[in-house]
Amino acid sequence: MHMAPAETPAAAAWGRLLDRQVEDLAMVQFVTPDGALTPAGEEYGVDVDLAQRLHRDMVLARRLDTEALALQRQGELNLWLMSWGQEAAQVGSIRALRQTDMVFPSYREHAAALCRGIAPAELMAQWRGIRHAGWDPSVSRFHIYSLVLGTQTLHATGYAMGAAMERSDEVVAVYFGDGSSSQGDVNEALNWSAAGTLPVLFFCQNNQWAISTPTTTQMRTPLHRRATGFGLDAYHVDGNDVLAVHAVTDVAARRIRAGSGPGLIEAQTYRFGGHSSSDDPQRYRTQADFDLWMGRDPLVRLERLLRTLGVEDDWFKELQEESDAFAVDVRSACKALAGSDLCDLFGNVYAEAHPVLAGEREQHMAFLAALESQGEA
Amino acid sequence: MTTLTLGAAINAGLRQAMTDDDRVLVLGEDVGVLGGVFRVTDGLHAEFGPDRVVDTPLAESAIVGTAIGLALRGYRPVCEIQFDGFVYPAFDQIVSQLAKMRARSGGLLKLPVVIRIPVGGGIGAVEHHSESNEAYFAHTAGLRVVSCSNADDAFHMIQQAIHSDDPVIFYEPKRRYWEKGTVANEPSLGLHQAGVLRRGTDCVLAAHGPTVATALAAATAAEEDGYSVAVVDLRSISPLDLSTVRDLVRTTGRLVVVHEASTFFGLGAEVAAAVTEQCFFELKAPVLRVGAYNMPYPPAQVEDHFLPDVDRVLDAIDRSLDY
Repeated sequence: MHMAPAETPAAAAWGRLLDRQVEDLAMVQFVTPDGALTPAGEEYGVDVDLAQRLHRDMVLARRLDTEALALQRQGELNLWLMSWGQEAAQVGSIRALRQTDMVFPSYREHAAALCRGIAPAELMAQWRGIRHAGWDPSVSRFHIYSLVLGTQTLHATGYAMGAAMERSDEVVAVYFGDGSSSQGDVNEALNWSAAGTLPVLFFCQNNQWAISTPTTTQMRTPLHRRATGFGLDAYHVDGNDVLAVHAVTDVAARRIRAGSGPGLIEAQTYRFGGHSSSDDPQRYRTQADFDLWMGRDPLVRLERLLRTLGVEDDWFKELQEESDAFAVDVRSACKALAGSDLCDLFGNVYAEAHPVLAGEREQHMAFLAALESQGEA
Repeated sequence: MTTLTLGAAINAGLRQAMTDDDRVLVLGEDVGVLGGVFRVTDGLHAEFGPDRVVDTPLAESAIVGTAIGLALRGYRPVCEIQFDGFVYPAFDQIVSQLAKMRARSGGLLKLPVVIRIPVGGGIGAVEHHSESNEAYFAHTAGLRVVSCSNADDAFHMIQQAIHSDDPVIFYEPKRRYWEKGTVANEPSLGLHQAGVLRRGTDCVLAAHGPTVATALAAATAAEEDGYSVAVVDLRSISPLDLSTVRDLVRTTGRLVVVHEASTFFGLGAEVAAAVTEQCFFELKAPVLRVGAYNMPYPPAQVEDHFLPDVDRVLDAIDRSLDY
C-alpha cells in the first residue's frame, strides 16, 4: 500500500527539507565538523536518544574495523577493507530504513551490516577465507557482498520490480561507491528503475577515491546531478554527518514508499584507510588531504554535539567499556572461525543433482582415501 | 498430440509454464506487444499483462541482473536475449553473478532463471546475429546449458528449464524456428537426457540444436552408400548425457561430433576427451569433430560454406570409417 506520511511536526520538517532538496541540490548538513548545529539542523531538531543510538553503532563499527585490521596484520585475516570514516553514511542510512527493507550492499558495508544484526564472525568469515559470504540474507534482509562493482544495483532493481508488482511499500536499498558509478550496470539500473518507477533507494558513498583514482579524474558531473537526468529524486548530503544522513534517507525512503519512484543519495565521505589492507594510500594521497578529512570525522563531531546537548561523560565511558568488550569478542570470534573443507563445496554449486559435480566429488574422495591408505601402509 | 513449429512450441511451453505458476515472468527486448523479433512470445503480453511479460530497456546486462533480483524474491524469470551475439553485455551478470551466487552463498540462495537465446546461423543475417556461443556458458560452473532441436523438445524442455531451481541457458535454433513437428502431451526425456534419434552399427553422429537435422540428413545419405549411422541429439550440453553417447559408441567404435560452433575448445573437444577416457579400448577411430572454422562468423553470402553441412559430415564419417 502507498502510505501518505503522517502530518506530524517532524513530517512537516522533512517536507520543508525535501522542498529545498528539489529546488537545489546543495549538500545537506545538520552538524558542522566542530559539533555545532547548522540552521538546517536547528530547524530539523535533534532526537538525542536517536543520536546516542547512532553514535553507539558508529563506535562499535569503528572498533570492528580497528580490530579486524589488527587481525589482518597478525595473519588472522587474509584481507580487510575498512569502512573507517564512512560510519555515518552507513549507519545513518540503514537506521532510517525498516528492518524489512531489503538491502544490497557492495563490499565495504560492515557498519551497515552490524546494524542489521550480522555478527562480526559472519563478516570476517569472508576475509579469513572461510566462506565467500558469511550470513543468510533471508534473515538479515542484507544480501551477500558484491565484489564486481555495481552489479548489485541491478539485483536491487529486479528485486524492486517484484516489490512494485506486489504493491508492497518496501524500499529496496542498494549501496555503491563513486568508483562504481562509472559502471554500465549502475547506469542501466538508474535508467531502468526510473523508467519503471521502482522503489529503489540508491545510496552512493562518495569516499573521493576509487582505489587511487580521485573523483575529479573519474567524472565531470557529480552523481547526484547525473541521477536527476535519469529521472530520479536526487539528494546530496554530508556523509560524515550521521544526523543529516539519517534525515535525508528518511525523506527519500518516505517518498519512495509513497510511490514516487527511485531516489539517489550521494553522501560525501572519505575512506580514512586504504582501499584494502593491501593498499598503500600514501602513494596517491597527500597528508593534507587526509588531515582535511580527519577534521570532518563523523564520530568526533557527533560526540561534540552530544556533549553540548548534555550527554554525560559516564555514558561515553560505558560505551567505551562496551566497545572494549566487543573488541575482545571480535578477536576470539575471528580466531574461532575454522577452515572450510573442499569436500563440502561440491554440493553448493547446483540446487539439483549434477552428474559432473557428483563424479568429481567421488573422484576427489577416492583420491583422498588413496592418499590416506598410502599413509597407513 | 499436436503439430507446431518449433517457435510456436516454445510459445506454447511458455504459456503453459506461466499458466501453471504465477511466479513465472518473461522479460526481454520487444517481447511484449510485438511478441519478440521471432514472435516466440506472441500473445503472452495480451494474456498475462505487462507485469509478467516485460518489455525491457535495451540493456542485456540489466535483463539478466534484474532477473537475478526477481529470482532472489522468489520469481522464476525467463529472459529473452534477442540474438546470440547480444548476450555478451550480460556476460558478467551471467558468469559472475547468476552462475556463482548459489555457491557464493554456501548453497543458501537459489536462482531459477532461464535465459533463452536464439542461436546459430543459416538465416542470412548480418554480423553478430549467427553465433554459437554455448562453450562459454558450458565452461561456467553453476549454469545448466540445453539446446532444443525440434518442436516436441522445445515445448517440453522450456518447461523443464523453468522448473529447474538452477539457472539454465536455453538455446533455440533460430533457423529451425519455422520447422513443424508433432508435440506429445508428456515429455519422453528428462531435461538433461540425450535422445537417440536413429540406431546404427557403423558410426555415431552426436549433434545438438540446429545441426541435428544436418546429422539426420547425413545418416540417411550414408545409408544409401550402405553405412549404418546412429544419430544422438545431445539436447543437454551442461551436463552432458555421456552414458547415452558411451553406450552407442561401444557398439560402433566410431563417433563424429557435429556443431555449428568452432571446433577449437568447443563442445566436440569435451565429448571427444570424455568418450576417449571412458571408451578407449572400444574406439576404432579417433573421435572426429565437424564444426565451424576458428574465425568470426563470416558474411552471409559464404555462410553455406562455413556451416557444417551434409557433405562435411559425410566426409568425416568417411574419414572415421577409413581410419
